[in-house]
Amino acid sequence: MATVRILPSIPVPPESFEARRNQYYSTRILKEMLGEVPPNTLKLLGVTDKDLCIPILTYVFGEAQVGGTAAVVSLARLRQEHYGLTPDRPLLLERLRKECLHELGHTFGLVHCPSRDCVMYLSNTVVDVDTRGRDFCDGCQTVVGSGTTTERRG
Amino acid sequence: MEKKVNIMVVDDEEIVRASLTGWLEEDGYHVEAVESGRKALERLPERNWDLMLVDLKMPGMDGIQLMDEVHKTSPEMLVIIMTAYATVDTAVKAMKKGAYDYFVKPFNPDDISLTIRKIVDHHKLVQENLFLRKELKKQYKLRDMISKNEKMLEIFDLARTVAKSSSTVLIQGESGTGKELLARAIHDESPRMDAPFISVSCASLTESLLESELFGHEKGAFTGATVLNRGKLELAQDGTLFLDEIGDISLKLQMDLLRVLEQREFRRVGGSELIPINSRILAATNRDLAAAIAEERFRADLYYRLNVISIHIPPLRERREDIPLLVDHFIEKFNIEMGKQIRGISEGAVRMLMGNDWPGNARELRNVIERAVVVAKGNIVTESDISLPSTPSDANHRAKSLEEIEKAHILVVLKENQWNIVRSAHALGIDRVTLYNKIKKFGLKKEGVPPKV
Repeated sequence: MATVRILPSIPVPPESFEARRNQYYSTRILKEMLGEVPPNTLKLLGVTDKDLCIPILTYVFGEAQVGGTAAVVSLARLRQEHYGLTPDRPLLLERLRKECLHELGHTFGLVHCPSRDCVMYLSNTVVDVDTRGRDFCDGCQTVVGSGTTTERRG
Repeated sequence: MEKKVNIMVVDDEEIVRASLTGWLEEDGYHVEAVESGRKALERLPERNWDLMLVDLKMPGMDGIQLMDEVHKTSPEMLVIIMTAYATVDTAVKAMKKGAYDYFVKPFNPDDISLTIRKIVDHHKLVQENLFLRKELKKQYKLRDMISKNEKMLEIFDLARTVAKSSSTVLIQGESGTGKELLARAIHDESPRMDAPFISVSCASLTESLLESELFGHEKGAFTGATVLNRGKLELAQDGTLFLDEIGDISLKLQMDLLRVLEQREFRRVGGSELIPINSRILAATNRDLAAAIAEERFRADLYYRLNVISIHIPPLRERREDIPLLVDHFIEKFNIEMGKQIRGISEGAVRMLMGNDWPGNARELRNVIERAVVVAKGNIVTESDISLPSTPSDANHRAKSLEEIEKAHILVVLKENQWNIVRSAHALGIDRVTLYNKIKKFGLKKEGVPPKV
């Protein structure tokens, strides 16, 4: 089994701030994180409260390097209050869990899965996040499983 | 496995290229990004691109200019124009120029996902359609042959299968059924397709000519052999040798050919050197070889050598359903050859063609259509454009033996000359005694009166 360690927080790099959009550019955050990867680390997952975007898209829930090491997930648009609704902590945690699995899935080389029951199903809205499955489908699980074994051996 | 969708991103800003590439890759697409229109045009032939995401404002060639250039060579290419400075004018211009869609940066992730999904679904349908159409055509076609007759389709399948091997094939069928076309198709479908296909018509040459034609001859092998001449067997090296009208070759040549087939080597006429052959032999005949063997005009051992795989092409009258298909095929062919624009054929004309017995088979039909395309006044071939060389009753007449024709002709000449033997013999170009003998032999009688013989 892989060991999960929670590292002390690091500040969001100031150059990732896009003043015009009042958002943070997630690719620059990923770049910063790559400099902070401790030795013997398989994957590094960042969680931030900042609203993330990439230059070409109005927002992203998270970003990952496909087949790489780092992934980052934002809480901003997973909160009910972002949509003018009452805060719902269990729902937020469920959404965060799904998003973390989804972005980590990308780091294992997975691309979006056509199955709605799979956590790798593409989601651009929280409704998508809520309706898709909470775990990997059998096919995607195989990739993540074999990826873990191979990389740990290496 | 499903084919990956190929997307090319063209944008002068590195950060846009990187983020768009990363985001699309998460969706499982194959993405390549370039920084200019010029680079995009260079990369265009490298792959079957399904979609281009092109920035409107770039130094040098702008997005719309690039789209114009791309559409010159790939008119089907789907191009999405992206811009940071949205104006109604540019959007309208892009769409009018043939852009598939127009996105303002930054895009809503849901919009672009949906658009690309839509394109991919459309793309799948187009591919599926193309594939099915190809399958359909493949089913009806073998190279230059076309048919929807079940027996013919079985032959096409068999031909495709035997093409992979080097076995000798004997193709039988009436003249004009397409024996040589089938032989060529077998060659073209075979691994030998890039090597020569050499065809020899055995019926058209005398024995000695055919011998030197097949085996070639050394310089000085006979009078007139002033230079070394390579025969068809040598020319067909690595390829296919097609022996047409094999039923017409002499017993001596049959013997020589059998030796070649068995030993896979031969000597040029007048030569001593043994030359190995590795060409594939296909043979064809319109004769009944079994009958020829019974009459000892064809060697049984050669027959078995040639008849490793036997294909019998049915005559056109046994596959009338192919007539309309062949007619369309020939019209299309002659339209191209003659620069005509015939769009089709009238129902009456098709009925007329379907009713004919086609003793000359598809070749005869082709000739009739060739003439019809030449004489057709309008853009539809009609009954008046069709001239059948024989009515069905003529065809029956032709099917009779020479003897029956001789008998009928003598009777006609006798009647014309009121049974005057001298004049009739003169008209027939034979002497009186011969005519008497023939009258007796055929039992010809003057109507109502017994012959005076």
